[in-house]
Amino acid sequence: MLLYLLRRLLYAVPIALSVGLVCFLLVHIAPGDPINAIVPADAPQELVEQIRRDYGLDRPLPIQFAVWLGKVAQGDFGNSLATGRPVWADLSVAIGNTLRLAFAAALIGFVLGTVLGGLAGSFQGSPIDKLAVAFAVAGVSVPHYWLGMVLVVIFSVQLNWLPAMGAGPGGSSDWAWDAEHVRHLILPAVTLSVIPMGIVTRTVRGIVAEILNQDFVQTLRAKGLSGWGVFLHVVKNAAPNSIAVMGLQLGYLLGGSILVETVFSWPGTGLLLNNAIFQRDLPVLQATILVLAMFFVVLNLAVDLVQTAIDPRIRRG
Amino acid sequence: MSTARPSASAAAELAVQAREAATRREGYWAGVRKRLARDPVTIACGVILLAMLAAIVFAPLLAPHDPYQGSMLRRLRPIGTPNYPLGTDELGRDMLTRLLYGGRLSWFMGITPVVLAFVIGTVLGVLAGFVGGGVNMLIMRATDVFYAFPSVLLAIAISGALGAGTMNAILSLTLVFIPPIIRVAESVTTGVRNLDFVEAARASGAGPLTIIRVHILGNVLGPIFVYATSLISVSMILASGLSFLGLGVTPPEPEWGLMLNTLRTAIYVNPGVAMLPGACIFATSLCFNLLSDGLRQAMDVRA
Repeated sequence: MLLYLLRRLLYAVPIALSVGLVCFLLVHIAPGDPINAIVPADAPQELVEQIRRDYGLDRPLPIQFAVWLGKVAQGDFGNSLATGRPVWADLSVAIGNTLRLAFAAALIGFVLGTVLGGLAGSFQGSPIDKLAVAFAVAGVSVPHYWLGMVLVVIFSVQLNWLPAMGAGPGGSSDWAWDAEHVRHLILPAVTLSVIPMGIVTRTVRGIVAEILNQDFVQTLRAKGLSGWGVFLHVVKNAAPNSIAVMGLQLGYLLGGSILVETVFSWPGTGLLLNNAIFQRDLPVLQATILVLAMFFVVLNLAVDLVQTAIDPRIRRG
Repeated sequence: MSTARPSASAAAELAVQAREAATRREGYWAGVRKRLARDPVTIACGVILLAMLAAIVFAPLLAPHDPYQGSMLRRLRPIGTPNYPLGTDELGRDMLTRLLYGGRLSWFMGITPVVLAFVIGTVLGVLAGFVGGGVNMLIMRATDVFYAFPSVLLAIAISGALGAGTMNAILSLTLVFIPPIIRVAESVTTGVRNLDFVEAARASGAGPLTIIRVHILGNVLGPIFVYATSLISVSMILASGLSFLGLGVTPPEPEWGLMLNTLRTAIYVNPGVAMLPGACIFATSLCFNLLSDGLRQAMDVRA
């Protein structure tokens, strides 16, 4: 077990490094000299060269990468080209808001998906199964940025029940766990939850149906175990794979939230990224992608470890 | 990441499938056709998609107005206005016309990345699965790096760095879809590679290219194709999503995602019209998803 843990941790290191490399290269696949984003076009040539040296842009790429990596490891993501402030100052606030939104969406999606999928898998062919399957396919097919607009039209414009924009009263981006903030969270979280709900429903339905078809369930029933007892066995067998799928889905929410945040003007990484793209603020773009991708890498690792911890078959395999 | 890689039992199952495929005679496609005929949902989705395709191909003949010509005098008319059956947009352009023309770019941007990724991913995946060893290692480890990004994030990151534009959006989506197709292609190829008939072909002197062309591709293309069709729906949503963010098509070009974006502020004035482009994306992506599910069942692909 310890050996497996160590091996898995070691394997994450090259992945994390390559993720860093991809993020670093993002700036260099961007059209034009990166220096043009920093200095005005009519700046004198000496000044351009001076700044190029100051930023280290005159050195070979591998060295630039190493220097950048060293700074990032110390939490220094550089300064925003648009505002001149340290990238991390804005990014840390945005990450908090994105994580809140993603976790809320995951909670809704996973609970609904597990219940629907479990019922559908247990009663295959029944009306509830058909409903769950229809729900699931609609959930993975709907463009969620459009669903967000539909929900705004219904619940904000027509019914006037919930706010259509922002994370709190007065457009503030500071969070507090009070009624007003939670009201702002509902629509974006529900919008974002449909995709994981669809996928979790599908997965849990398949897993539960497969388990119920196995011989050991027959044996359990034959030896007189009650419905509740069988249910516990099914949960125990379905948990490892279901948790793996949910973990990945939580990671995808970090990316998927970008579009939903744009619809609801949610002050998270999506909005930050969007502004960075249109202001060609490459340090912000780079840092945001890097941090989100690192979350995903860590999440993958955590999923693997949890799955291994609760499913002894993987350890042996 | 090891969870996403096919396990030994999955590979064994694929091997069984491939063996079944190898012993099928012409009865296989007849069976597929028969199963499809008994599946009304899949047939209906296929018909709807064909009708949509016809509508966007013949848009110049069907559209009642010019897609670019607007008028400030008739902005945001509701659905059912005489002469403008689906109303007008925020610049007074006919919605029906723009939806017909918009479908062209939305379909093109949604399907092209999957087709490109299908070709490139199949070549690389079959190569990795068939040659094995260092080549496999190199291709599959490179794939792992892309798997370390959530797909939407990767698409936005590449598009964001390259800048707005239809071609940049297609390029970034292609890059997003190549790794998953490589994984599927690699795992089915590995399942077929060591089967007896491949061994027999090798023993009777067939070269590697002949073996791939005659014995491997016939058995792996089906599963890869079905998997690729399941990506079209995601691709449509993402392509329109990139345009929605301003990273794809540039105005005044009609495209469903971009139209949805420019009509965003109109939800307070005329929500019905503002919802139309998104409803088109939803309908298309739903039909592609159901069609792909139907194909998977009819072709009996378990990958």
